[in-house]
Amino acid sequence: MINLVYNEMLKIVRKKRLFIIAAIVAVLVSLFTYAQFKQIETIRERIGTTDWRTQLQQQIIDTQNRLNSTGISEEWKKFLKIRLQQQQYYLDNDINPMAPGAPTFMRMFIENSIELFLPLLVMVIAADLVSSEASGGTIKLLLTRPVKRWKVLMSKYIAMILSTSFIVFSVALLSYAISGIVFGYGGWNLPLLTGFSIQGEELNTTAVHLIPQWKYLLIEFGLAFFVSLVVGTLTFMLSVLIRSTAAVMGIMLAALISGAILSSMVSSWESAKYLFMVNLRLTSYISGMAPPIDGMTLSFSMTVLAIWALGALIVSFYVFTKRDVY
Amino acid sequence: MEETLVVQDVRKTIGKKEIIKGLSFSLKKGEVFGFLGPNGAGKTTTIRMLVGLIRPTSGTISICGYDLQKQFTKAIQHIGCIVENPELYPYLSGWENLEHFARMVPEITAHRIQEVVELVGLQNRIHDLVRTYSLGMRQRLGIAQALLGKPTVLILDEPTNGLDPVGIREMRQFIRSLAEKEQLSVLVSSHLLSEIQLMCDRVAIMSKGQIIRIDTVEHLLQEQARTYWSVDPVDKAKQILQNETTVLGEKDGALVTMYESNETIARCNARLIEAGIYVSGIERKLPTLEDLFIELTGGETID
Repeated sequence: MINLVYNEMLKIVRKKRLFIIAAIVAVLVSLFTYAQFKQIETIRERIGTTDWRTQLQQQIIDTQNRLNSTGISEEWKKFLKIRLQQQQYYLDNDINPMAPGAPTFMRMFIENSIELFLPLLVMVIAADLVSSEASGGTIKLLLTRPVKRWKVLMSKYIAMILSTSFIVFSVALLSYAISGIVFGYGGWNLPLLTGFSIQGEELNTTAVHLIPQWKYLLIEFGLAFFVSLVVGTLTFMLSVLIRSTAAVMGIMLAALISGAILSSMVSSWESAKYLFMVNLRLTSYISGMAPPIDGMTLSFSMTVLAIWALGALIVSFYVFTKRDVY
Repeated sequence: MEETLVVQDVRKTIGKKEIIKGLSFSLKKGEVFGFLGPNGAGKTTTIRMLVGLIRPTSGTISICGYDLQKQFTKAIQHIGCIVENPELYPYLSGWENLEHFARMVPEITAHRIQEVVELVGLQNRIHDLVRTYSLGMRQRLGIAQALLGKPTVLILDEPTNGLDPVGIREMRQFIRSLAEKEQLSVLVSSHLLSEIQLMCDRVAIMSKGQIIRIDTVEHLLQEQARTYWSVDPVDKAKQILQNETTVLGEKDGALVTMYESNETIARCNARLIEAGIYVSGIERKLPTLEDLFIELTGGETID
């Protein structure tokens, strides 16, 4: 089995996929670091001070202004109210939510990439794991060895898990290393609030408590890894079912993007919460953002994702071991 | 002689259509067995069933005594194959490709890889990327890959495809030597009839999912031998010959009859001379496998 996994990893590495992904991450992190840097500068200019309290107060005023303006939807209003409560809580408790530093940047980066960017990277690897063998014809050589079919597929699945780990790890490492050049490498022990829960329109703060940033990051990256594995498994299934890598990527891309769009407009379509793509923003539950549909919780989302992944895995193995190869 | 691959009443139905309608044949140790048939006759489907890529709807395939369905890994261990084109990983070198497949089979050493590389004569380019190989070199690498696990049965789908005339000749000699020296059973499918004729001991002719004939090449051709008569006048000669033997027709101004025996020829010749017919030539000809093939399959086209 180790030999088989070695084979699969060799193929992934020799296709230079992992290298390309690391390069994409490096470029994007640099881009966002610069954007973040610019944003902080603009805020500084506007407020004319670097004091974060005045910044936060300014933000609260901004939010209140938006709340009072007409022509915004009821849902958006609800979200803004919750946000306002949260910001007020930070101010009252003397906590700087935007404290710059590489770990803070990492946190923001992973929160924003968990839904689309990270799944996309995983998809690039997982999409052609099986389909490229089918379209290249090498599947015929692979399946005429004295190795059972499920073992061949298992080795590919393990290779997918290893690559996913590599991707999540390199996102963490690169976002820390690159943003640290600008923001400094400190801030691991910054206390952060977590434990927000949203009940109806109220932000429930009874369970809110402080944890150091490194712990917070560990939780978020853990969730990001889980999401990546689920997306990887779903892509893997499509890769087994479809010969064309481009088609696999197309379908997966459509699903992911529709998830991003749906999350912002499905609050009244309740059964949409069983779709995997609206459940990808797991980090929102930690930072206390409103879920797209009422009644969604962290454990609910994780269960939905786990069931989808399990289903995909069963389909993959069943089809791969039974199918006639032409 | 020992039988290495035994196929019994294998059928394959896809949807409602029966594509393979009950094949039975067996391969002996040290022989080259040819598989001949027009496009769509089911050659490739059959070969894919023999190597476990397609599950037969019914029937059994056993390799060295192991049932392919029930003891897959044990059975497939004795098979080396190329199905259709030798598709290998273009982004790896030839050597890495061989290493890749060697890792999937227990106990293949670097020494064995070196051995097969030398056997197919690729030692000079083996560390180059497969992307840079010519089709002939890929074909050789494909054979090297098939021989890696020391198989007893070698299955080659169109092994001379894309080779130049020198390459074809080399490949033919190579396949013959594998059968004769290493005592491998080799199953070769080809659309080049001349290839099969030169290379194979026995041949199976397939048409529409069935084997219509299995026999040794010599025997098949022998049976269909023809006698060509160059005579004048043709019409009168035809009448006389019809009394003595079967006249099949005319070709290039000569009458064609079945070849029965030398005595028949002598007797016919005597009759013709008695009747005052001018006989300028009598020739006994073996048909090509192509003639035979067209005759057996009722003129189905092959490319």
